[in-house]
Amino acid sequence: MHSLNWIKQNLFSTWLNSIVSIVLIYFLASVIPPLLDWFIFEATFIADDRTGCTTEGACWAVVGARFYQFMYGFYPTEEVWRVNLVYAMLPFGIAPLLWDKIPFRKQFLFFSMAYPFLVFFLLYGGPGLSSVASNKWGGLLVTLFLGLGGILIAFPLSIFLALGRRSKMPAILTLCIVFIEFIRGVPLITLLFFGNIMLPLFLPEGINLDTIIRALVAVTIFQAAYGAEVIRGGLQAMPKGQYEAAQALGLSYWQMNYKIILPQALKITIPALVNTAIGLFKDTSLVLLIGLLDLLGIGRAALADTKWMALHVEVYVFIAGIFFIFCFGFSRYSLYLERKLNTDNDGENK
Amino acid sequence: MFKIDFSDQKLRAILIQTLVVGVLAYAIFWLVQSTSYNLEKRDYKLGFGFLNDPAGFDISFSPFYSFVATDSHIKVYLVGLANTLLISFVGCIAATFLGFSIGIIRLSSNWLLSRLAYVYVEITRNIPLILQLLFWYALLINLPRLKNSIAFGEAFFLNNRGLNSPQPIFGDDFIYVTIAIILAITVSIVFSRRAKKIQEKTGKQYPLFLINTASILLFPAIVYFIAGSPLEFELPVLIGFNFVGGMKIPPEFMAMFLGLSVYTASFISEIVRAGILSVNKGQIEASRSLGLKQNRIMKLIIIPQAMRVIIPPLTSQFLNLTKNSSLGIAIGYADLVHGFGGITLNITGHAIEVMAIVMSTYLIISLTIAFFMNIYNKSIQMDGR
Amino acid sequence: MKILRISALLALVSFFSAPAIAGTLEDVQARGFVKCGVTTGLLGFAAPDDSGNWKGFDVDVCRAVAAAVFGDSSKVEFTTTTGKTRFPTLASGEIDVLARNTTWTFSRDVDLGFEFIGINYYDGQGFLIPASLGVASATDLDGASVCIQTGTTTELNLADFFRANSISYESIPVETNDEARENLFAGRCDVYTTDASGLAATAAQADNPADWILLPEIISKEPLGPLVRHGDHVWGDIVRWSLNTMIIAEEKGLTSNNLDTKLAMNNDPEIFRLTGKEGEYGAMFGLSNDFGYNIIKQVGNYGEVFERNVGLKTPLKLARGLNAPWTDGGLLYSPPFR
Repeated sequence: MHSLNWIKQNLFSTWLNSIVSIVLIYFLASVIPPLLDWFIFEATFIADDRTGCTTEGACWAVVGARFYQFMYGFYPTEEVWRVNLVYAMLPFGIAPLLWDKIPFRKQFLFFSMAYPFLVFFLLYGGPGLSSVASNKWGGLLVTLFLGLGGILIAFPLSIFLALGRRSKMPAILTLCIVFIEFIRGVPLITLLFFGNIMLPLFLPEGINLDTIIRALVAVTIFQAAYGAEVIRGGLQAMPKGQYEAAQALGLSYWQMNYKIILPQALKITIPALVNTAIGLFKDTSLVLLIGLLDLLGIGRAALADTKWMALHVEVYVFIAGIFFIFCFGFSRYSLYLERKLNTDNDGENK
Repeated sequence: MFKIDFSDQKLRAILIQTLVVGVLAYAIFWLVQSTSYNLEKRDYKLGFGFLNDPAGFDISFSPFYSFVATDSHIKVYLVGLANTLLISFVGCIAATFLGFSIGIIRLSSNWLLSRLAYVYVEITRNIPLILQLLFWYALLINLPRLKNSIAFGEAFFLNNRGLNSPQPIFGDDFIYVTIAIILAITVSIVFSRRAKKIQEKTGKQYPLFLINTASILLFPAIVYFIAGSPLEFELPVLIGFNFVGGMKIPPEFMAMFLGLSVYTASFISEIVRAGILSVNKGQIEASRSLGLKQNRIMKLIIIPQAMRVIIPPLTSQFLNLTKNSSLGIAIGYADLVHGFGGITLNITGHAIEVMAIVMSTYLIISLTIAFFMNIYNKSIQMDGR
Repeated sequence: MKILRISALLALVSFFSAPAIAGTLEDVQARGFVKCGVTTGLLGFAAPDDSGNWKGFDVDVCRAVAAAVFGDSSKVEFTTTTGKTRFPTLASGEIDVLARNTTWTFSRDVDLGFEFIGINYYDGQGFLIPASLGVASATDLDGASVCIQTGTTTELNLADFFRANSISYESIPVETNDEARENLFAGRCDVYTTDASGLAATAAQADNPADWILLPEIISKEPLGPLVRHGDHVWGDIVRWSLNTMIIAEEKGLTSNNLDTKLAMNNDPEIFRLTGKEGEYGAMFGLSNDFGYNIIKQVGNYGEVFERNVGLKTPLKLARGLNAPWTDGGLLYSPPFR
């Protein structure tokens, strides 16, 4: 009875609504079954090459055959445990940043701070580990390295830029404004080209950064400028009383920001920061255009192989699926934070 | 005590700033030095003289200029700039329409409809744009081939090389029709303003939309026939390898258009939805109790208020779309980055100059859009307060 | 504290950077492998297989250099470059040698500051069309849509050719060979123009290669060769003689299989010099004297490399043509090894 009511109210409340609902139901009924057939029931999951895909549906065998490359690129097989370790530690590295009620959060935070260094050490190698040059990295490894690396390194930079943009010192203020507006005014692809083609002309002999590090520099400054504007919004939203109270307590500029202003400002800006981070994560796919083999690059390399060519839809759907899982997950998280923030504030107001 | 403290802070501020500027100046000096060393070592001569050299290659998609291989690199730049502005402009318009529609649909009382809109938004905004562009392009070049074009009458032909449509050819007398159109629009604007004033004074309403449409359509139409129909259409005809005559929209442009507008629309729809939800419910109830119809509530009460919330984030979406149009390089759309920043850079090798020009062009475009949207934003924020 | 931070920063920078001040050979030897720039994927010339091993004609040039320097052809790592990024990547020192079917031209040799060390493939720009198009000559292509790869010399040759013959065309510029191939197979363009070897590779990837034909016109000279940075002559010599060794080996009939038996049976002094049995030739540029032996043994002679990657038994089905030894009427001619 209850569900019947719900259907009546939500689908057939007026005659116009009824027509729309019927059309949509018909549309879905005619689209979903063939899609499911293509995706699952008629698909081929194991084959040696595309001629082995004899069924009507998708040829997922290409993903299976190239799965290692999609996940690790050309990372040596005997060293791949290092990448797996990096992947396995990732949840522990970011959990304390995302969730403030985790048990032993303080201890975990130390791990979070050590994590980026650990990643560098494990991936590149160093004392005790054989070195693996970054031109062997690829697929999800490059996507995550650039995406998460850019986001993490950019975060402190964004804070300094945001503070600088609200600074009363004219030189610092001008510098920050020029930097932020310049970066926000140009497309990311030009920054990537800049890093890839022009940076070697600027740096002195002997300093010679990897392509992937140059790409990381580009995505980091890009994210830093966007993050700075979000954080500036949070700083602007702080009531003046907070600053005055802190000054009255005799706190210095850094003490005031570190202890009073930033914790509050960051709390309200985190949902928006997560959204810009999602944007950056998606944009890392542009490194395809400078010859780096990220997820999309590996996908295109697979399509360049005679064995798997013309399987665009399968490859693109698979890559889109991976991006979707990450981005959708993070956008849900940002929504959760927003809701939590709203209820917290309601509680304070009462 | 207070005074000393103040001057102390001031001194510190000066010290810090001197330090920062000094470090920056040193860094710039250091970079300039190593750059000039590198350039000298590679025999790289800075300068913009290369811009006058003939390009040597062809650009086929250039709706505003005709471009041939003997034209200079400056022309390459202009063609690229025009193509960037074109795709950004039509992309922004389409994304706005689509975004507003989806945003309103998401608030529909029909559960199924609003859910579908939600699925659309989540899928399109969580997948990288470059992937979506590649997808649209793959879809478009797998349309029927030239010989099997989908024909709409004898005028429109859709195939995997784009959409061929008739090209209007304006006769000399068409100038009268143009004048008539401008005249009709001016009269309509004046009439609308007066009608609004009358309405504010007396409450009398005119069927404005009907009258204006009629005058804008009818008057030029009459002039058109009096002037002897000075407009003809050239139909595309399949001769040899391609359609000859008519207008042609290549799949690269269509894929850019679809990709950019579908992607940006999902962000705009969220902005619109948030804007509409931000309007106080009491306002809607009050206007309903005044007896306003649903569509008039939307037009007169909700949208004007929602716009104040919508415009600032909408501006940044327009900016994003413009910057994202630089992804044309992924599917071969001859925009600024692909044509000038790509091919010219490759052929001349003048990376520093070309990238500097490309980056400052985008900067100027961005600042201009931001400037005009700020003016518009200010005008509607003042309105009615 | 400050000093600690600065030294940490310096350590970080040096961690990501390879010192390019010393000679390239010393860098390579210290590093333990050769860094080689290749395409992002061109069948037969450079492409990774399912297990991620790079294979191809250009790849084997790099392997020969590794065999010469380390006596081990596997000590090489590949960096992918696009038409746009290949020159900056080489100039910056990120790679030691660029083997990416790159045309040797005056301005690239002189103006860009690179050194072409030889020609490993004599090519020319051609046109690939579907047989069903019914065209016999490139001059019949008036009004056709042409796919080209940007950032290459082919783009300029194409414009010149069509202008000289006063025919019009629609250019469809793409970034990579794969995109061009997709466009061609989908019918987005009527014809694809690039180096004839690349066209053969493209046709080989069709479902039915017989449906595709190369037009008779070859509109340019495209001598493709590996290149290194200007100024380091020792390194340039090493790469040059790695290639020459393969060419001489074919001339002398030495293959990876018969090398040991030939050496035992033969009295040709040039073969002895080439393989390090006689003389101190390797030591002249800082390598072991048997560098030639290692190249032939591990990588093979020029003919083997050709047949293995692009020859008649491969999908590309390229004939030797100009790339036969001079003794067979081709252009391959190495200076003598003495």
